[in-house]
Amino acid sequence: MKTLRTSLAIGLIVASAVPVRAASAPPPGAASCSGCHAPTSQAIPNIYGRDADATRSTLLAFRNGSMPATVMTRIAKGFSEDEIGSIAAWLATQK
Amino acid sequence: MTRKNHSSRREFLRAAAAATASLALASPSLAQSPARVVVIGGGFGGASCARALRQLDPSLDVTLVTADRQYVACPFSNEVIAGDRAIEAQQFTYEKIATGGIKLVTQMAQTIDPQARTVGLADGSTLRYDRLVLSPGIDLRFDALPGYDEAAALRMPHAWKAGEQTLLLRRQLEAMDDGGVIAIVVPANPFRCPPGPYERASLIAHYLKTRKPRSKLIILDSKDAFSKQRLFQAAWQELYPGLIEWVALSQGGKVTSVDPATNMLVTDFATHQVQVANVIPPQRAGRIAEIAGVTDKSGWCPINPVSLESTQVPNIHVIGDACIAGAMPKSAFSANAQAKTCASAIVTLLSGATPTSPKLINTCYSLVAPDYGISIAGVYQPRNGLFADIEGAGGTSPLDAPRAVRAREAIYARSWFETIGAEVFG
Ligand SMILES: Cc1cc2nc3c(=O)[nH]c(=O)nc-3n(C[C@H](O)[C@H](O)[C@H](O)COP(=O)(O)OP(=O)(O)OC[C@H]3O[C@@H](n4cnc5c(N)ncnc54)[C@H](O)[C@@H]3O)c2cc1C
Repeated sequence: MKTLRTSLAIGLIVASAVPVRAASAPPPGAASCSGCHAPTSQAIPNIYGRDADATRSTLLAFRNGSMPATVMTRIAKGFSEDEIGSIAAWLATQK
Repeated sequence: MTRKNHSSRREFLRAAAAATASLALASPSLAQSPARVVVIGGGFGGASCARALRQLDPSLDVTLVTADRQYVACPFSNEVIAGDRAIEAQQFTYEKIATGGIKLVTQMAQTIDPQARTVGLADGSTLRYDRLVLSPGIDLRFDALPGYDEAAALRMPHAWKAGEQTLLLRRQLEAMDDGGVIAIVVPANPFRCPPGPYERASLIAHYLKTRKPRSKLIILDSKDAFSKQRLFQAAWQELYPGLIEWVALSQGGKVTSVDPATNMLVTDFATHQVQVANVIPPQRAGRIAEIAGVTDKSGWCPINPVSLESTQVPNIHVIGDACIAGAMPKSAFSANAQAKTCASAIVTLLSGATPTSPKLINTCYSLVAPDYGISIAGVYQPRNGLFADIEGAGGTSPLDAPRAVRAREAIYARSWFETIGAEVFG
């Protein structure tokens, strides 16, 4: 336990001196979203900081065609259920 | 809630472990001073990448080298040519980028020494890099079409780099008599913005229909098929019947030489004398790519799609129009998506780890009329050294959509430009 706490403490010091964002790096596909979606965009909805389950089910509905859209139906088909889950979870943590 | 706590703790542990690992692996110089990344080219690719790098790791030393103080964007410049938009709406500056901790250098990068890892600037100074990103866009090939050189472009504008050329074509169109003929000369693949020439034809036709209805537009094409072809052609028939004539390669569309003095366009089958000649010549990666040694015989740059790193020169990444991206088109959207993928890969590589396989999206809108939009989208992943289409995903707008859907896509197109402009420069 002591070893773990020590290494954690080292980790903390290192993390604050050299910011490492590996933990918040976007999952495959997610970085592309901000080309169209932004908190300020009006015609195209904001997708950041929203409930992950809601985003996930919307994307899945685009994917299986049950929710109509112009372009998102075509894009969502490029992702597996797991990938959609990761993207939705990551988007929820972003502002 | 418990689950969330658990996962964020796990993520923290992972981050801490990665930080420790990167410290252990890093060379002494890396651990002491921040890693240096130089980005050349402040367009959609380069400016996006510089920003994404700092966002992913604010400790990075990021320098953006770009030729001019102002960037003039090509997307929507076809509306400027058609008279529906002011050129000012296309202009961006780097002030906000410079306030975000990115060092801005406004001059041409002229030399690259991949061994010493230095970039030579126009004023004689040099920049050192640990990783270099090239996003120089395109150079127009003024040696590829007989008669078409830089001087010819002042008579027969390409308007394929936005700015003066855009305005020149606009003025020529305005000065043209009703009943005049305008030609758009289109090169073979690959070139910047595959649907761009046909969007341009559409918006010019929209102008002619209302202002110069006796005029005609002819597209002389070096290809037999083009992006969103069925959508464009159906819309032309509906909106501009008889106004646009598309001459495909197999119908003698390939222009083999031009004469700027007489505004003459020569094909193997005919000679076209026109009032306005918009000649879009063949292209290649911006010159600095060749200087760096990252171009191949095609004039474009082969890359590893996982990291966007050149397959020819280590530590140099190429993004945007200049790279060979397989199924991904040369678009601002692609350049921006590649930029963010490249930034992630560089941060990972600098930490001593290996980047994982990414997925990228592209969506290109075209306006057939100011309130009539169509789109093509794709989702891509690395396969056999290129970005490959993910099957079953992507494609174009439906052929039979009602006008309300076209109107909505036109609104989305405008919204996209606002958003990407703000993400990159705002
Ligand atoms: C008419 C038209 C319409 C278009 N419409 C769309 C659209 O609707 N959607 C879309 O997604 N895309 C569109 N595009 C395509 C889009 O403009 C390009 O794909 C995009 O600009 C590519 O970005 P880039 O970063 O590769 O190059 P660029 O945007 O060209 O940026 C390159 C920058 O690098 C600078 N540079 C080059 N060499 C050096 C050097 N040695 N030193 C310093 N600086 C240097 C250049 O001056 C330039 O500022 C359109 C293009 C055209 C022509």
